[in-house]
Amino acid sequence: MPTINMLQAINQALDIAMAEDDKVLCFGEDVGGFGGVFRATSHLQEKYGKARCFNTPLVEQGIIGFANGLAAQGSVPVAEIQFADYIFPAFDQIVNETAKFRYRSGDLFNVGGLTIRAPYGGGISGGLYHSQSPEAYFAHTPGLKIVVPRNPYEAKGLLLAAIRDPDPVLFFEPKRLYRASTGEVPEEDYQLPLGEAEVTKEGADITLLGWGAQMEVIDRAVEMAEKDGVSCEVIDLRSILPWDEDTVAESVLKTGRLVITHEAPRTGGFAGEVAAAIQERCFLYLESPIQRVTGIDTPFPLTLEKEYLPDHLKIYEAIKTSLHY
Amino acid sequence: MTTTAQTHRPDFLSGDEYSIPTYAVLSQDGTLHDGAEGPDLERDKALRIYHAMVATRVLDERMMAAQRQGRLSFYMQCTGEEAAVIGSAAALDDADMIMAQYREQGALAYRGFSFDEFMNQLFGNELDYGKGRQMPIHYGSRKLHYMTISSPLATQIPQATGYAYGQKLAGEGLCTIVYFGEGAASEGDFHAALNMAAVHEAPVIFFCRNNGYAISTPSVEQFAADGVAPRALGYRMHVIRVDGNDVLAVYRATEKARRLAVEENKPVLIEAMTYRLAAHSSSDDPSGYRSRKEEDAWRAKDPIRRMQLWLETHGWWSEDEEKALQDELRREVLETMKRAEKRPPPAIDTMVTDVYADVTPALQHQLDALKQHVRRYPEAYPRGARSLDPALSHGDADQGGD
Repeated sequence: MPTINMLQAINQALDIAMAEDDKVLCFGEDVGGFGGVFRATSHLQEKYGKARCFNTPLVEQGIIGFANGLAAQGSVPVAEIQFADYIFPAFDQIVNETAKFRYRSGDLFNVGGLTIRAPYGGGISGGLYHSQSPEAYFAHTPGLKIVVPRNPYEAKGLLLAAIRDPDPVLFFEPKRLYRASTGEVPEEDYQLPLGEAEVTKEGADITLLGWGAQMEVIDRAVEMAEKDGVSCEVIDLRSILPWDEDTVAESVLKTGRLVITHEAPRTGGFAGEVAAAIQERCFLYLESPIQRVTGIDTPFPLTLEKEYLPDHLKIYEAIKTSLHY
Repeated sequence: MTTTAQTHRPDFLSGDEYSIPTYAVLSQDGTLHDGAEGPDLERDKALRIYHAMVATRVLDERMMAAQRQGRLSFYMQCTGEEAAVIGSAAALDDADMIMAQYREQGALAYRGFSFDEFMNQLFGNELDYGKGRQMPIHYGSRKLHYMTISSPLATQIPQATGYAYGQKLAGEGLCTIVYFGEGAASEGDFHAALNMAAVHEAPVIFFCRNNGYAISTPSVEQFAADGVAPRALGYRMHVIRVDGNDVLAVYRATEKARRLAVEENKPVLIEAMTYRLAAHSSSDDPSGYRSRKEEDAWRAKDPIRRMQLWLETHGWWSEDEEKALQDELRREVLETMKRAEKRPPPAIDTMVTDVYADVTPALQHQLDALKQHVRRYPEAYPRGARSLDPALSHGDADQGGD
């Protein structure tokens, strides 16, 4: 199997989806001839023409409103928002329209064909507006699906599943890993399931849960903890909405301890939702309070980004805190 | 309510009935176009404008090079657009508000922001007014009436309308100028801003730098219309299109716009036709979307050279003075860069300030936990650790931005 990076994996998924179905369209700011500022849509315009892969004017609310209309008409739009930080002008279209299209019409109309791709996350010296992880805002919106891949293999399989899923999907791509994460990826078409977490490592003493770019950070912390003789179970949630409560609960029933990590600020972050649900299901099996390792409750900084980020050392300390409670 | 004549024929208007010309005063050889009248610009003011233009060019060239050397995380140049930005800022009262997009460092240079101040922001050190929180080029200065830059595009445009409306109520005879690119003008915020300004008669000057590209997207893929200017008519707003590389035309148009705004409470749209000679940012490579030939054609229309020739025709400037200015500015840029680079980062405590007017107990708790963690692993957090170690710490940050 060829080794490729995450951008190439995303590009392959888009290519496969566009080749298979003429209804699939890719568009957004700089997405056309240039192939996107990160080059995720490279060569798609050459291959499939300007009618199916194109630049839009610089207007996020327009991009998503347009995409909603296309999806309602029966097309399969894959709209790119250049940075997740810039998705908010489209918040109304996503939260009030995308998410509620099917429900409000009694399923007369739906925008299930829609996929919204957006690079998210920090660690690239992006400061306030090129670093945010906005998944929790959208997780509060029934009707959306939210997916975050951790590596090239996952990115390709999950994106293909998202494009073909009968519901609208927000696909947040960890941009720090776009080129940094490489791995073997089959050239052919394959899908990975939405709504299902994956146990990436089995262990007995403690469960570590994350998604996207945090998975490699968890792996580094686990390496440290295992040197101390701690057996760690690691779960990639993969889908934030709907999320796989069963897999997480099953793991925590076994280990009795849970550490959840995300880059977004702590208050109102998705870790809070997971912690609440898991304590409901596993209360008598918990050996210690569920730990959250997250960004702090401030906007995303620049110079002190390293201090802000929930890195492997903070996760390692949380593992120790949980074990020595 | 519209008051309009009735017609009995289904005739559509295509918009081609209207054509907005480009106001130009100064030709590339430094002489005035036939029939054009120069602005009433005195020697000292003309030289102040010119100095700011050259300073901006020198700063941009040196800092992009510094970014390429890995000394700076990011940079954006104003190159090619100095006349549009500085010519307009110069036509204002220095107390008028400037709300910029991110490529208008020239306006700040004109107002007197020092190289030290630029550098402190670029390096996000302890003297940066923004406390090292934002990416390079996100300047702000309260004393120079320059609103701190926000990366999301076009958000400043309706804010400018609101700010200007407040200025009108305050009755101080001041206005707001808001800068944005032709790409940002596609955002919904642009349309909301112009409509509200016209309805509420806000003294605001909307200054569009139509520089041909929004990152890779050429203006022909941005709008089907003839530029941004015609939109003003839909809001019943005064509008002018100017040669953005012509400092005299920009100055004169903005001077007149300011009178309309301040004396008559009429908002104005100015569309300056120019060209982004440099890359969008240090993260961009224009060779992927435009030709060298196209760039060269615009390089021949360099706004700084054009003004230099004009100054020479007045006997206000010479090649010797040019060389002395360039040398002096380059030396100053290098010196201030070295100074700023060496300064320590903002203290770790600044992570939780300014989220609210006062640090909340919950945030203080998070900061305390973070400090404890940094003390445990000081080598992993050299910046945070530095501010926790009194032996390495420096004095409090200067609050000069106030």
